[in-house]
Amino acid sequence: MDWEAVIGLEIHIQLATKTKIFSGAATAYGAAPNTQACAIDLGMPGVLPVLNEQAVRMAVKLGLALGATIAPRSVFARKNYFYPDLPKGYQISQYELPVVADGELNIELDGGVSKRIGIIRAHLEEDAGKSLHEGFEQVTAIDLNRAGTPLIEVVSAPDMRSAKEAVAYMKKLHSLVRYLEISDGNMQEGSFRCDANISVRPLGEQRLGTRTEVKNVNSFRFVERAINYEIQRQIELLEAGGEVVQETRLFDTSRNETRSMRTKEEANDYRYFPDPDLLPLEIEPALIEEVRKTLPELPDAKRERFMRDYGLDAYDSTVLTASRALADYFEAVAARCADAKLAGNWVMGELAGALNKAGLDITEAPVSSEMLGVLLQRIKDNTLSGKIAKEVFEAMWNGEGGADAVIEQRGLKQLTDRSALEAVIEEVIAANPNQAQQYRAGKEKLLGFFVGQVMKATKGQAHPQLVNELLQEKLGGCKIIE
Amino acid sequence: MSLGPSQVREIAHLARLAIDRNDIPAYVENLSRILDFVEQLGSVATEGTAPLAHPLEMPQRLRADVVEEEDQRELFQSIAPATQDGLYLVPKVIE
Amino acid sequence: MHKKTIAQLAAGLRSGDFTSIELTQACLERIRRLDSKLNAFITVSEEQALAAAQTADSTRAAGRGGALTGIPIAHKDIFCTQGVKTSCGSRMLDNFIAPYDAHVVERLKAAGAVMVGKTNMDEFAMGSSNETSFFGPVHNPWVDTAVPGGSSGGSAAAVAARLVPAATGTDTGGSIRQPAALCGISGLKPTYGRVSRYGMIAFASSLDQGGPMARTVEDLAWLLEVMAGFDPRDSTCVERPVPRYAAGIDAPLTGLTIGLPKEYFGAGLSPAVGDLIQAAIEVVRRLGAQIKEISLPNSHLAVPVYYVIAPAEASSNLSRYDGVRYGYRCIQPRDLEDMYERTRGEGFGAEVKRRIMVGTYVLSAGYYDAYYLKAQQVRRMIRDDFIRAFEEVDVILGPTAPTAAFDLGEKTSDPVQMYLSDIYTIAVNLAGLPALSIPAGFAAGRPVGLQLISNFFAEERLLNVGHRYQQETDWHARIPPGYE
Repeated sequence: MDWEAVIGLEIHIQLATKTKIFSGAATAYGAAPNTQACAIDLGMPGVLPVLNEQAVRMAVKLGLALGATIAPRSVFARKNYFYPDLPKGYQISQYELPVVADGELNIELDGGVSKRIGIIRAHLEEDAGKSLHEGFEQVTAIDLNRAGTPLIEVVSAPDMRSAKEAVAYMKKLHSLVRYLEISDGNMQEGSFRCDANISVRPLGEQRLGTRTEVKNVNSFRFVERAINYEIQRQIELLEAGGEVVQETRLFDTSRNETRSMRTKEEANDYRYFPDPDLLPLEIEPALIEEVRKTLPELPDAKRERFMRDYGLDAYDSTVLTASRALADYFEAVAARCADAKLAGNWVMGELAGALNKAGLDITEAPVSSEMLGVLLQRIKDNTLSGKIAKEVFEAMWNGEGGADAVIEQRGLKQLTDRSALEAVIEEVIAANPNQAQQYRAGKEKLLGFFVGQVMKATKGQAHPQLVNELLQEKLGGCKIIE
Repeated sequence: MSLGPSQVREIAHLARLAIDRNDIPAYVENLSRILDFVEQLGSVATEGTAPLAHPLEMPQRLRADVVEEEDQRELFQSIAPATQDGLYLVPKVIE
Repeated sequence: MHKKTIAQLAAGLRSGDFTSIELTQACLERIRRLDSKLNAFITVSEEQALAAAQTADSTRAAGRGGALTGIPIAHKDIFCTQGVKTSCGSRMLDNFIAPYDAHVVERLKAAGAVMVGKTNMDEFAMGSSNETSFFGPVHNPWVDTAVPGGSSGGSAAAVAARLVPAATGTDTGGSIRQPAALCGISGLKPTYGRVSRYGMIAFASSLDQGGPMARTVEDLAWLLEVMAGFDPRDSTCVERPVPRYAAGIDAPLTGLTIGLPKEYFGAGLSPAVGDLIQAAIEVVRRLGAQIKEISLPNSHLAVPVYYVIAPAEASSNLSRYDGVRYGYRCIQPRDLEDMYERTRGEGFGAEVKRRIMVGTYVLSAGYYDAYYLKAQQVRRMIRDDFIRAFEEVDVILGPTAPTAAFDLGEKTSDPVQMYLSDIYTIAVNLAGLPALSIPAGFAAGRPVGLQLISNFFAEERLLNVGHRYQQETDWHARIPPGYE
């Protein structure tokens, strides 16, 4: 039987506010344990939550970018359950009336196909603290620095049909929140976390199968693996006549498999009700318009523009707009060297390779867009050959300064002085009379040999086109043997 | 709406309250009496009446995103039952 | 000195008849001597009190300070006080020293009031008789075997017995007004949102409101002026100027319309209380007010609505007491679940556990709509009854409680009977309105309270009527035998 997978993702995104969603405590990552947990974050008696304006603006910004409805009135609710990293015994979240509803995100699939993924809702809530199990005997240690960090949870429709689509969606949303500058998207630090709801059904069947929820798959690679594993597991289970149990599963990254999380499956009864310490969040149209004005050019629009204005193809445009920082970098380079194609090739080639090798993000590149732009200018004005430019790039990467300084210091300036080159060429021809003879007799291939010799004599600095031209002139015409 | 002992035990567990077995009958009786008493709401016609969560129907006020809290860990943990190296300790959580 | 009101004490301090140190010492001495009979205090903070009194004396000596500078007060043990234990009447917080002051505590401190201690209360404010306190019941100063009412029973008893001129209280379903009535003092529950709830330990967040308790309405006015006001730390606190409450209390009552809800005078009201309220109506009529019968048709639903909403909110508000970060933790927990269940099972008393369970039940899957949502709908109907009534009248008048103080142990076996002692006070909390209870006489030697209710933020009007009433009567000036 042919099976179809149905996947929906719930993605928790930490918002890049300076303070917690309901308190004035800092949200900086990596502080000493519990030094950023104030009385409100600790759930001390009598203290009360007050909503962070910036978190609301960020939610609105995301809502607008997803083409969603911004609720004029939304309500914070308490989700009640006991856990040591949940100080109040409830999480403040949004339940019946979320701030954002009914949006969409388009993902690009292979072959230039685009697919719309529905966004059911996005709501504001507070993060929990962290439980530390390792390094302690018999006890668990609790760090509440993260407690109260603002999250927006984005719930997709079950519109994805493969792990690949799920990853494309996740990457697109990841790129979007970074474009919007509402999250650093740092997955290692937990700023962007994914739960996947997965079910399978016979191809053509309209009803949904029983789903499982795979929790906390926090890298693109693991999401793909976890979903593929889970799809396979469910298919095998069903084909063997079994049934999928609705449950929460955890992806074990060391074994590449999912396993049931709660053996003692206890019916969760969260007893949601409106938080009486908070009033309904009312968002005025004026605020929405104010936020709309701060929206940057979004990835899809930018991609279109790159194709239109720079003449790049769809693939290159997609790659170059994957992040706002990368796109900005590319545009700065292109503007400096006035050659978008050249800029694109270098950014996606040499630069991307070096970043990848060093494990760095575009924002951490030791070669700035200005530096790369100048380097490419030197190719354009024939100061450098492409090959030498790579050497200069490497030197810049290693901190030897800008392109001009490296060229100067290493004496890499391309030889374009006609008379100087003529002298070298004459010497080379004189030193290789046989080859000259053969060339003149029609062995055209030997031109390459002479170019090589000239380049060697000039340590690669000779301008290749000029060398070609002068060699042909000096060697005389080559008789093509029919 | 009368509750039975097993329901009382379930509710007590959901609320994480240890109840002495000998006290269960008293809880059964009292909780049933309270629920019977509030049951009269069931017969009130409320169609079309919006729920009222707050006496003053005002919107939520927003706070500027400015750090206002400083580190008071030492003070906060001076009243904690069990801490180590700035962390709160609880019996081992089994996942 | 202990017989003087705040207004009189302030005059004495101003004119130098006595110092705040002397006054504070006198209070502390009376507490030492008399509180063993009452059990009104959980904590007496002598050292801090004397230091604060000294500061107040210096302030006054420097020609500064206001009406409350140097005046001793007590705080209900529900208000967090930095450095002084805040137990909320519970074993759960018997070891809890708050790292911060409640907004009300801050404001009174800033005004120069001298805190002498923390008063006894029903555990987590859940009770109408002060019998649910972990620290034992409070005795009514008028009749030793009677309850003082609750939950602010310690505050009411301490003020009635002249241990302190004033105290703070909180009122979720009548917890300021009912003990004020049962102890023969004056108590005001302000409009919801008038006084910040920051640092006031939550029972039911949408109903809780802090307020003053004193012997006269004039004193309440001075206290409220300091306690009220905007606090950005409480989202439900209203940003609205605070009137000079004491300035308007003498206004004549002519032209004022006072409504008598017929539902507050029906079966269930003890005849003795009814007679005293009728007498009080005559007093305000003489003062020039128009009297008009009105109806609050849904008032009989207030108690059931309250016993859904308050436990629901409480069940969630009290989840934070888990033995992890502060407060009680059971000895040698086997595992995490055991720690939660025994910490909470041992840390909370029976009534608190009962209400947590009711609240947990009414919010649980399958019951939410039938109980919680329904209760919120009826809550709107109850509030709308009042809104309609205030289109016709300026103030609503009735009894505070259906009976005078009952005996200790009389209602502990039946929770519903206990809940019904708040039958006239609860609707006010559901609607969020301000209300005042003042002494209106005695039934068999036990005080009876008169309740006045006004429109949102019309505390001035209540204080005005209450003060004019107290100009005509002396019930508020009576002192319990043995406490003269």
